[in-house]
Amino acid sequence: MERGASDPMLNVKNLRKTFGSLVAVDDVTFAVNNGELLGLLGPNGAGKTTTVSMIAGLLSADSGEVLVGGSRLVRDTDPVKRRIGLVPQDLALYEELSARDNLRFFGALYSLSGAALDRAILSAAELVELADRLKDKVKTFSGGMKRRLNLAAGLLHDPDILLLDEPTVGVDPQSRNAIFDNLEALKRRGKALLYTTHYMEEAERLADRIVVIDHGKVIANDTLAGLQAAAGVAAGGRATLESVFLTLTGRSLRD
Amino acid sequence: MALTPLLAMIRKDLQLFFSDRRAVIMSFAVPIAIASFFGSIFSGPTRNSERARISVGIVDLDGSAISKAVVSGAEADPNLRVLTPTEDDARDSVRRGQVTVSVIIPKGFGDAAGKAFFGDGEKPPLDLLFDPSRSIEVAMMRGILTEHVMQAVSKEMFGGEQGRAAVAQALPEIEKSTMPADQKKALVEMLKSVDNFYKQPAGAQGNSGPRGITMPYSVHEQPMTSGENVAYNGYAHSFAGMGIQFLLFAAANLGIEILLERQKGLWKRLRSAPISRLTLLAGKVASMTIVGLMTLIVSFGFAMVVFGVRIQGSLIGFFGVALGCSLMAATFGLLIAALGKTPAATRGVTTLAVLMMVMLGGAWVPTFIFPAWLQQATVIVPARWAVDGLDAMTWRGLGLSRALLPIGVLLGFAVLFWSVAVLRFRWEEA
Repeated sequence: MERGASDPMLNVKNLRKTFGSLVAVDDVTFAVNNGELLGLLGPNGAGKTTTVSMIAGLLSADSGEVLVGGSRLVRDTDPVKRRIGLVPQDLALYEELSARDNLRFFGALYSLSGAALDRAILSAAELVELADRLKDKVKTFSGGMKRRLNLAAGLLHDPDILLLDEPTVGVDPQSRNAIFDNLEALKRRGKALLYTTHYMEEAERLADRIVVIDHGKVIANDTLAGLQAAAGVAAGGRATLESVFLTLTGRSLRD
Repeated sequence: MALTPLLAMIRKDLQLFFSDRRAVIMSFAVPIAIASFFGSIFSGPTRNSERARISVGIVDLDGSAISKAVVSGAEADPNLRVLTPTEDDARDSVRRGQVTVSVIIPKGFGDAAGKAFFGDGEKPPLDLLFDPSRSIEVAMMRGILTEHVMQAVSKEMFGGEQGRAAVAQALPEIEKSTMPADQKKALVEMLKSVDNFYKQPAGAQGNSGPRGITMPYSVHEQPMTSGENVAYNGYAHSFAGMGIQFLLFAAANLGIEILLERQKGLWKRLRSAPISRLTLLAGKVASMTIVGLMTLIVSFGFAMVVFGVRIQGSLIGFFGVALGCSLMAATFGLLIAALGKTPAATRGVTTLAVLMMVMLGGAWVPTFIFPAWLQQATVIVPARWAVDGLDAMTWRGLGLSRALLPIGVLLGFAVLFWSVAVLRFRWEEA
């Protein structure tokens, strides 16, 4: 299917996934356009990671579909997968290998080789400011450097869509800020970014639109201003994103 | 199948393998060390080393011609190291494990044995004190002792003074005995013939050698190795056994690495790439097979250079068996990854499974010491075919045709492990 001019880069339609009797994701629908960052917020166990896994092709949906640039992702070797970059929540890196060898391997998974692979490695490493540490083993890196390398590994094949699953967990403010700068640069390059996080201030700074998900269902989908305005009217004043989030998802502990 | 991702996976796994010093030592140095130790035990005495003898204490309380002949016969035996302690010391040295067996020849043994030899007297007891932890040596000692006692008693009975006296004493007792008349007649005639034999002049008896019962045959031992002038090299078997064991451990470790990759989220990256499931699994199997082949080649290379092990049979057959072993081990590793839940829990179960497989496969001890039913049962153990195949191509010196069955069976196991692994592999990453 050819993508129309008005089609979003990532279009998630009515996704549903169950594990036995547990409904993890229920009729989730949203879209992300080029040059846009969508914040996907929700309490622990809300279904954020399951949703991201279905978009990346790691999990098959019970129903619904994922359209990438108007094309449906149907099988493991689907070329459409090349348009998606995944930055998992875990530091998915080989500690015993150098940063260059890690990037070389992840790039080769997308059939990059030779000079094209070298250029992609350098470009991604420069973006995350690790070009001077490429020869060093990952186990010698700080937590923030590993997070930045984790991001670079998802960018090697120059994807149109970047799926970022809590990419700043456990990093210091300097590294977090550096990652924000990287993401804003990617937005400017026209990438479509899906960003899951627990940190409200991150969503406030980065997100063009915010989807709040709870118990597997989308309970809000709006811009930050739209969400604040709706919550502010109800509360009789201006609301923070955190108060909006707590209003929508409740104050009971989840885990 | 996409070649670039496949080669990248193999290269990455090999890089990781060689960056893990523990894995390299476990795969190369440890099997060489253990196989060298086992080889030195099972190779038997070399030209320059002394034969291992069984330590035996003999207490001669009789002092008769027969008991002295038993002691001197044992002392001349190349398989024994004979000590002549007191009775108390003999018991104590067995209890402390200093000697394997002590034999106590009681007073009156010679006379009683002579009478018993001709069937009429009561058999005198011969006390055998033994170390219960060394049952194989005790069994050997029982056979050797039988030979020396029979030889000493029969020699004396057919030529010595004690024998003459025994015959002279036995004749009237037999005449008075209650045995059946026909048996009595036959025994009396035989003893009278022996008595007449004694009365002949010494020259007429033919003094060409010692009289008495001796072993009625001599044994010409011929080891069936690859050739008449090729000695058995025990290192060939021990390096085959240890090579198989440690390549199974290496493959199991790589299987557990897949579980660790899953735990660290790395498998999500692999699965999110446009790569087929076949490519992902084939990459893993290929890297494990290369590691397995390297393990065997390095181990046997060392054995060839240091211990003179040679591939006396088919070289192609040897590499065929080695490849079959490596593929079997690689798919075994994949099976572990498919069936395992967590790396820690899987490691324990896997270690047990590998040890069972190699023990039943004859890698540690030869399968002939197993009960008959177990020897039959071990044909379902892939390690048995691996060890047998490598033995056939090394010290047994057999041709390519004898490698085909082990290769076929090993490949069959590889297909089985691969099929189960593919069916049970968890592809979904939540």
